[in-house]
Amino acid sequence: MAQNTRTVPAGTPTNVTQKHTKGGIGESTLRPDGTLKVTGEFAYSSDMWHEDMLWGQTLRSTVAHAEIVSIDISEALALPGVYSVLTYDDLPAEMKNYGLEIQDTPVLANGRVRHHGEPVALVAADHPETARRAAAKIKIDYRELPLVTDEASALAPGAPLIHEGRDDHHIGHVPHPNIVHRQPIIRGNVEEARKRADVIVEGEYTFGMQDQAFLGPESGLAVPSEDGGVELYVATQWLHSDLKQIAPVLGLPEEKVRMTLSGVGGAFGGREDISMQIHACLLALATNKPVKIVYNRFESFFGHVHRHPAKLYYEHGATKDGKLTHMKCKIVLDGGAYASASPAVVGNASSLSVGPYVLEDVDIEAIALYTNNPPCGAMRGFGAVQACFAYEAQMDKLAAKLGMDPVEFRQLNAMEMGTVMPTGQVVDSPAPVAELLRRVKSRPLPPERQWESAGEGADVRALPGGLSNTTHGEGVVRGVGYAVGIKNVGFSEGFDDYSTARVRLEVINGEPVAMVHTAMAEVGQGGITVHAQIARTELGVTQVTIHPADTQVGSAGSTSASRQTYMTGGAVKNTCEAVREALLEIGRRKNGSYHPAWATAELLLEGGKIVTDGGEVLADIAEILGDEAIDLELEYRHHPTVPFDLVTGQGNGHVQYTFAAHRAVVEVDTELGLVKVVELATAQDVGKALNMLSVVGQIQGGTTQGLGVAIMEEIIVDPKTAKVRNPSFTDYLIPTILDTPTIPVDVLELADPKAPYGLRGMGEAPTLSSTPAVLAAIRQATGLEINKTPIRPEALTGTL
Amino acid sequence: MRVNFTVNGRQQEADDVWEGESLLYVLRERMGLPGSKNACEQGECGSCTVRLDGVPVCSCLVAAGQVEGRDVVTVEGLAEFSKQREQHGHGGACGAGGGCGGKGGVTLDAAKQWQAKPAGDSQTGEGVELSTIQQAFIDAGAVQCGFCTPGLLVQADALLEENSSPSDQDIREALSGNLCRCTGYEKILDAVRLAAARQGEAV
Repeated sequence: MAQNTRTVPAGTPTNVTQKHTKGGIGESTLRPDGTLKVTGEFAYSSDMWHEDMLWGQTLRSTVAHAEIVSIDISEALALPGVYSVLTYDDLPAEMKNYGLEIQDTPVLANGRVRHHGEPVALVAADHPETARRAAAKIKIDYRELPLVTDEASALAPGAPLIHEGRDDHHIGHVPHPNIVHRQPIIRGNVEEARKRADVIVEGEYTFGMQDQAFLGPESGLAVPSEDGGVELYVATQWLHSDLKQIAPVLGLPEEKVRMTLSGVGGAFGGREDISMQIHACLLALATNKPVKIVYNRFESFFGHVHRHPAKLYYEHGATKDGKLTHMKCKIVLDGGAYASASPAVVGNASSLSVGPYVLEDVDIEAIALYTNNPPCGAMRGFGAVQACFAYEAQMDKLAAKLGMDPVEFRQLNAMEMGTVMPTGQVVDSPAPVAELLRRVKSRPLPPERQWESAGEGADVRALPGGLSNTTHGEGVVRGVGYAVGIKNVGFSEGFDDYSTARVRLEVINGEPVAMVHTAMAEVGQGGITVHAQIARTELGVTQVTIHPADTQVGSAGSTSASRQTYMTGGAVKNTCEAVREALLEIGRRKNGSYHPAWATAELLLEGGKIVTDGGEVLADIAEILGDEAIDLELEYRHHPTVPFDLVTGQGNGHVQYTFAAHRAVVEVDTELGLVKVVELATAQDVGKALNMLSVVGQIQGGTTQGLGVAIMEEIIVDPKTAKVRNPSFTDYLIPTILDTPTIPVDVLELADPKAPYGLRGMGEAPTLSSTPAVLAAIRQATGLEINKTPIRPEALTGTL
Repeated sequence: MRVNFTVNGRQQEADDVWEGESLLYVLRERMGLPGSKNACEQGECGSCTVRLDGVPVCSCLVAAGQVEGRDVVTVEGLAEFSKQREQHGHGGACGAGGGCGGKGGVTLDAAKQWQAKPAGDSQTGEGVELSTIQQAFIDAGAVQCGFCTPGLLVQADALLEENSSPSDQDIREALSGNLCRCTGYEKILDAVRLAAARQGEAV
């Protein structure tokens, strides 16, 4: 495919800065897939269709922890229209597990299920309803086992081990085999520092299990190919990571599993793990027919990992003049039955547990448990969200105890460039924490009790209860709350995090056209929009084609960790620079003798021409290129990181830090416990906004997911059975347009000199501080101490 | 069973429909119109919203047999529906709805090609005629992953048909049955305001 593959290290100095090109970076260009998406033509993974296609169905466990005594598939196989029924015994390869970091997840249950909804058998049939009915005819005899559901039951003497005989690389340092990973961070001397504290606050906080609730359910189409391999069209966040997990369990070499990204209906971390990919391939290979699997919403709640629920125990001290003295915390994340991304979530939760504050004396411990609860892994914010909810509650408690303004207290302790993190890592680029708080605070507040001044014109829909018409203002009180958070960008702790971009420049119909080919998963975030912008800026062309994302090009890494514009955007920039240099080389060879500037001047590409930095046109790109095509595929890496020390937690583990602040204004109907978030103002530093329209859209979307987990979103797992009680959009609520307030956004652009264009990864930070800001506002409105999220009406009215 | 109904102005006939199939299933899997999305199958998310005899409904909650002899407009027919309305003062009968007549879904060839269109396409709108609300969704940045977009477009178009200058609270009420997980709704509000303003200018 690519004519030339080589590695160029990140940060290769580029000696030219391309000038502005129409449709280049910094402009709010529109999505290249916008027209297809508004006309219904955009092909999502659930829209795929193939002649002779079968429908796949997963049968999932109805209990959380059990031995499988027997499976009887005979009735299912006998149903007309059923082509195949597969169980563990049918798996074709020696490798029968998969997993992001630890391969502990069975493709199909092997004699034991460890959580409610674990896949046990697969059916392929000619109609989805036939497949569903056949799955229902499979008889499974379970012998239930004792449950592990929390820290106490996981670590109790004689507790059942969720995974026996662990041989992963964390088992050597965890205190118990039901702990996936443990990361302590010790810096300074907490015992000494505590003596300096005039006030000490302690808190115990509970964070509920949040679902990504992307709207496009897990789905895809597997097509067997003539060479015995398979083509897979699927919605995912990282094609190459899927590939690495899929090929071994199919018993196929990676080159025989050809993956193409189909339309992705949102992700938010929920597509980082495998869902239906392997199952569809297995059924396609078993039947030699194309097989489509589409989860319904019920199954989707079992089909992907969730955000870790957590217990967080914090102690902070401060002097009477408002300076933090020390922090001690323990964060217990429930990883559920399989590891997924738990180890990395632990690393984030511990290393970011201090928040965006200066604290030199800390004693931190974060662990993730193995339990029989649903597996948890990646979701937007990734470990930093749970910590932010807790440390921001602590900041408010400290400020109250000191009689200080909560914003001024935060500003007094805010980190800045040069601050040393608890890991010993120096924050080496702008960290405008105090400024972000100043910006949200200085915004005028929405008018109070507007229903009184508006009289007859009062719109009841803007009040708590909304369309339910439950109040006209009586019993309604207002509160205002603030929060700020810190998130890392990119994959940390020594992970070899790279992205690949292929760029082809050629002349089509007399015009230079750039084609950008990456494996980046466009999940809605707008990565493809900025890739085209980058190519226009770097190559001075108007026309850019985005090649479909597939595994025919090198890995682009995951669309997660706020990393894609930095990493794959950086890769596109890097490859474009190499293409530009190759073009100029051809120009020097062909035309160098005609004009001395070819050798002496800095040359730029602008408006389809090669020009000197003084603006003199030397040639048309099309003329220089002629019939030649420049086609390069290069890898791009951020600066290296190191793992955190397993005892002290020290190490330059993170790539870049990113910050956002929120001010929430809420109105609470204290009689019914109904909350209306009136406004959720936010400020964020993005380094450089490559596309402001997309940046603001990300901030508003992330903010709303944070609002959701503050007041409504939680997967309820019955502690007695470890079964999920609300796997539907009727029972798991996400914010509607009526629940969502206006979200004014203030964007700062303080460049990080290490990053492409100075940009700062920005997709996750707004999800952090949104939740604690809303909760702080509710606390202020009601005077209640709220230590759990989400906060429900029954808790606000004291009826719980 | 056999079901006869009009989709985007064209008479359609679906054979061998199982009694339990929804209108959404028939549109997506039998009519080649996968634009209406299935995100919850219980009427909570609005992603499958279509017009049934002019009324916005969740097509996942309508049994296929219930649409016998009736008129359905999906997102695929929205541009034409809107054009007819402008020309004749009403929607309903329209010509090309796109996609009708195929067996179902999007073929692989079509799916592979989706990104191969020129990147500037949605900015120029070249070759594609869009309704005011569709163009406004693109221009305002109301589309991210786009899965909720078809349902929102059908619902928002119906709102603007009824109320040419809705207040923000009117917009929120009208769209409260349509979930979006990406945008935080701000840019969807922007899009509806923009479409209302553009329609106002055009009159």
